[in-house]
Amino acid sequence: MVGKVDAAKGGAKSLQSPASNQATSKPDLSSMSTAFSFKNLKLKTKQQELLIRVSILGLVYILAFITRLFSVLRYESMIHEFDPYFNYRTTLYLTEKGFYEFWNWFDSESWYPLGRIIGGTLYPGLMVTAAIIYWTLKFLRFAVHIREVCVLTAPFFASNTTIVAYFFGKELWDSGAGLVAAALIAICPGYISRSVAGSYDNEGVAIFALLLTFYLFVKAVNTGSLAWSLASAFGYFYMVSAWGGYVFIINLIPLYVLVLLITGRYSMRLYVAYNCMYIVGMLLAMQIRFVGFQHVQSGEHMAAMGVFFLIQVFYFLVYVKHMLNDKKLFQALLRIGVTSAVGVAAIALGVGTASGYISPWTGRFYSLLDPTYAKDHIPIIASVSEHQPTAWSSFMFDFHILLFLFPAGLYFCFKRLSDATIFIVMYGLTSMYFAGVMVRLILVATPAVCLISAIAVSATIKNLTQAIRGKNTQTMSSKGTNSSKGLSKQQASLDQTIPYLKNGATALLLGAFYLLSRYAIHCTWVTSEAYSSPSIVLAARGAHGQRIIFDDYREAYFWLRQNTPSDAKIMSWWDYGYQITAMGNRTVIVDNNTWNNTHIATVGRAMSSYEDEAYEIMRSLDVDYVLVVFGGVTGYSSDDINKFLWMVRIGGGVFPVIKEPDYLVNGEYRVDKGAAPKMLNCLMYKLCYYRFGELTTEYGKPPGYDRARGVEIGNKDVKLEYLEEAFTTSNWIVRIYKVKPPSNRW
Amino acid sequence: MLAKTLFRTPDISQHLRLGSILLLPREKTRVNMEVFVARSRLTLILSLLALLSLSFRSSSSLPSSPSELQILTAERRIDLASHIIRVVLTLKVQNDGASPASNVLLAFPPPQVKHLALIQAAEITGKKKKKAVHPLDVKPSDHTDGPNGAKFFSISLRNPLTSGGSVSVEVSYILTQSLEPFPVEISQSEPQLVLYRDSSSILSPYAIKQQTTVIRTPSTKVESFTRVEPSSQIRTELKYGPYVDQSPYSFTPILIHFENNNPFAVVEELVREIEISHWGNLQITEHYTLVHNGAKHKGGFSRVEYQSRPSISGVSSFKHLVAKLPPRVHSVYYRDNIGNISTSHLRTSYSKSELEIEPRYPLLGGWKATFVIGYGLPLQDFLFESNDGKRYLNFTFGCPIAETVVNKITNKVVLPEGSKNPSAVVPFSVDNRAETKYTYLDIVGRPVVVLEKENVVPEHNSHFQVYYDFHPMFMLAEPLMLTSVFFFLFVAAVAYLHMDISIRK
Repeated sequence: MVGKVDAAKGGAKSLQSPASNQATSKPDLSSMSTAFSFKNLKLKTKQQELLIRVSILGLVYILAFITRLFSVLRYESMIHEFDPYFNYRTTLYLTEKGFYEFWNWFDSESWYPLGRIIGGTLYPGLMVTAAIIYWTLKFLRFAVHIREVCVLTAPFFASNTTIVAYFFGKELWDSGAGLVAAALIAICPGYISRSVAGSYDNEGVAIFALLLTFYLFVKAVNTGSLAWSLASAFGYFYMVSAWGGYVFIINLIPLYVLVLLITGRYSMRLYVAYNCMYIVGMLLAMQIRFVGFQHVQSGEHMAAMGVFFLIQVFYFLVYVKHMLNDKKLFQALLRIGVTSAVGVAAIALGVGTASGYISPWTGRFYSLLDPTYAKDHIPIIASVSEHQPTAWSSFMFDFHILLFLFPAGLYFCFKRLSDATIFIVMYGLTSMYFAGVMVRLILVATPAVCLISAIAVSATIKNLTQAIRGKNTQTMSSKGTNSSKGLSKQQASLDQTIPYLKNGATALLLGAFYLLSRYAIHCTWVTSEAYSSPSIVLAARGAHGQRIIFDDYREAYFWLRQNTPSDAKIMSWWDYGYQITAMGNRTVIVDNNTWNNTHIATVGRAMSSYEDEAYEIMRSLDVDYVLVVFGGVTGYSSDDINKFLWMVRIGGGVFPVIKEPDYLVNGEYRVDKGAAPKMLNCLMYKLCYYRFGELTTEYGKPPGYDRARGVEIGNKDVKLEYLEEAFTTSNWIVRIYKVKPPSNRW
Repeated sequence: MLAKTLFRTPDISQHLRLGSILLLPREKTRVNMEVFVARSRLTLILSLLALLSLSFRSSSSLPSSPSELQILTAERRIDLASHIIRVVLTLKVQNDGASPASNVLLAFPPPQVKHLALIQAAEITGKKKKKAVHPLDVKPSDHTDGPNGAKFFSISLRNPLTSGGSVSVEVSYILTQSLEPFPVEISQSEPQLVLYRDSSSILSPYAIKQQTTVIRTPSTKVESFTRVEPSSQIRTELKYGPYVDQSPYSFTPILIHFENNNPFAVVEELVREIEISHWGNLQITEHYTLVHNGAKHKGGFSRVEYQSRPSISGVSSFKHLVAKLPPRVHSVYYRDNIGNISTSHLRTSYSKSELEIEPRYPLLGGWKATFVIGYGLPLQDFLFESNDGKRYLNFTFGCPIAETVVNKITNKVVLPEGSKNPSAVVPFSVDNRAETKYTYLDIVGRPVVVLEKENVVPEHNSHFQVYYDFHPMFMLAEPLMLTSVFFFLFVAAVAYLHMDISIRK
């Protein structure tokens, strides 16, 4: 209130920087308004506020985009990591062949000899989005390459997310909180980690869609408007088309509705919002082939359906209560109604599950509820580093001060409880739990953490500034004409009920700004140092401080592309499958879409068998080339030797011939002289260390010194009988072997 | 051709041609067969000597009775140092006939004609210090083919050669892809051996009084060469001759088998796009398909050997190439379709820029690499205004990479939007067509002059010109378009803010 009065007095302030909007600019304002004759340029308070708000939002929008361009500056405009290469390849296909071809695409280049129905096993949202952007730009005569569009899709959607965050914050609290939320989410490392330029992955657009859906739903609940809930259903449809994480939405929203029902906050607005969103959203989601009828058939989606029926029962009861107008009768009816409803639901669920109509929960879902589940039952999920439980340090790394602001924000939310704040509290708490279970789900928690922290920041700063200003106006009114600065200290001690309020508030305000600026510095540092590496190109510092680029992956993939027969089949561990098909343009046996565990286990078995046994397996899979990644020369630690135990485990999970203890010595995994004999002679060891014993990698160390593991290898005299070295990259990171044809029998 | 001759009443020359077509492949297969089956140097030479009997004798249908001319001395120098074969032929021609002769004919056997990239001739006058060179015109002759399909090129002399007069003519020509790797496949540790086929005597429609041929090999490592006495080897030079009084169309096949480890860098296809922007920039984008055209690589590739023993391992492979770019080049990039290639160095000086590029992997025999080089140049160095008000671009035609053969080059000159009447002036014959290209903010598209040529060698790096009409007003089209878009955007925003479009009052 007070702030507004102030602003009204200072007229021509709009041309100054928004930061000076607060109390500090008071004295010079009077001189300003007399000195300049900007009478006709004078804006009304409301317009000023709008101008500042729009310009802050505009700056945040740009900031969110450019902070994600570190990767382009440090490296180049390229697609990062593993999955984005698949997305890029499919987008390329979509733009070249059109939507129908894409939808019906059977890809014979992966999962040889099984192939993969691409159109039916992917979330097309990302590719369609990028293609639409590309076609629009092409229509407007911007001759951009589809790769540039793909590289910049994630930053673009991150920028859009800031706008959604603003509106969401405004809906939850006020426009101040919205602005802070937009600024926080623009640079939050937890989100940047998945949305830097080049990180062309589903999450890039999915977080936007997730937040949009939540915002529209909260808006629908707040207004009870059909239009908003319909919009939220479309937001949900976009989310379903973009990412498997939509399951989070379809479980969180029913949970939220349930909580509102329990806490007695049921209203017609909620009824309209949920029913419209659920029904339309479900029907729309069924249009995605990969999702299909899961909304009515899969265990993960049953909660939404249950709540849907529950809310109908609730509505009916409310109606009956209204009609009956008799408390006792209604109590009896309620008892019968609820019991029978729960009974019918339980029977339906039981029959559905028993008859197999409703599928049980998937392993991934289980592993979310029980973090130890994957480790014991699904090694293929547990082997992925981003599926590991989160270390506390990565929370600190990704959230920084938001980690402290989050509880504070929760406090404010509880203090001013409404339908909207209940939603954000539930979103925050559940996503925080999931973030603790899996590293990569920090991403889902980030918007909630930013929003709740924004409420904390906004509310705190508002309180502090009010404290400062409130006293000022008090002194003004009491003392009148005195010039304020010199006397204010005395007056503070005299007038205020709380001593040193102003000083304390100023100090706290400065502290808050210090913390926020540290946050900005931390985010920029993390973005530039940690999250901008494409992981295809490795960079290191040389002895003289110069930058050394290891471009071995692309060297190998390009060699495959140019110098092998176009129908060659490449066997490698599944991590590299997408990259080989996208960059090498060759058929792979397994790839990052880990849909067939047995097939992966077969590859794992081949890698961990002796050469002659492996040869039989490779012959049966028509393998022409074997590709391994080896970091022994450069000291690159995420190579196949370090991943090898997972191959053994996954292989052993399906083929009991492979036993993990055979590769270990006293439970220890080693590659030097003391290694297990099976380890020293398995295919993976041979392929990685073939002729490595002749090479001196480090001065003062014996030949065959493995720099990634810091040991001299145990088997220096590796002989290959069924394979021959076809290509090794300049830093030995990728080694490709050709499978020899069977020898003549006579 | 065959069918035609069967239905018509064939005259003598057609008979002859038919015969020669049939004869030639037979001859070739025989050579190959013997080479592969016997694999002995002695039998090889013997068989080749036996082939002498097949040497060209018939001369009944010689075009325009060239016997009036005769060649007094002929000297041929063949340089086999790289995979581009450069031949210099010095002839002294005398007119024995009664009428003045204005043309001198050169004859080439069909396999050489196919690989002939460039032929130039010059008249030499004076001696030693007073020596002057006058370039002469060389055209494929429209004469009917000689015996065994020999093709003719005709040199137009500056002044018709009077009866009894003589003239010195220097002919230089370049052959590509005429070195045949043998063995066809080599492993990483083997050197690359190639075969060169030619004739010990110069194929000519005229009698040659005295001739010598000197063949320079890249090293002294010559496995074998056909001896046609008198012939000798002195270090890196093989000398055939002098032979005296050779009759017209004498042809004695020779075969030289020698070591050549020079990079056989062949660009299978090069597409160069030269885009003119009248705002001051010339943007060049070159798409390469590079292949090592030497002996195919056999067996595995061992990195440890390649790294530790570079002198004996993969000697015929090549790691880097040097592209000579014009001076004041800027924004150079080197990439392929999966991203930037970080191994390149650019050295710039006042007179030239050198871009050293390394493909992602060393190219062994038969290995391929595709890549793109792009760079910008200041426009004022290359775009000029001619006297009649037309503008013209003056730019080099060929491939900037040193010592490469380009099988097919396509130069696309993208003119600015709104330019008219494009025409190209190229010093040699090219295929010319027109296209339209749409790029940033184009509405009617940019006219593109496409110039195509096959079999291009570094000697083709001469300048060509593209003339066109352009009005400077067109330069403003795109900025105006952009500003008007923003203008209408703001107008729309203002209009929206001042309108009340709600239906509730």
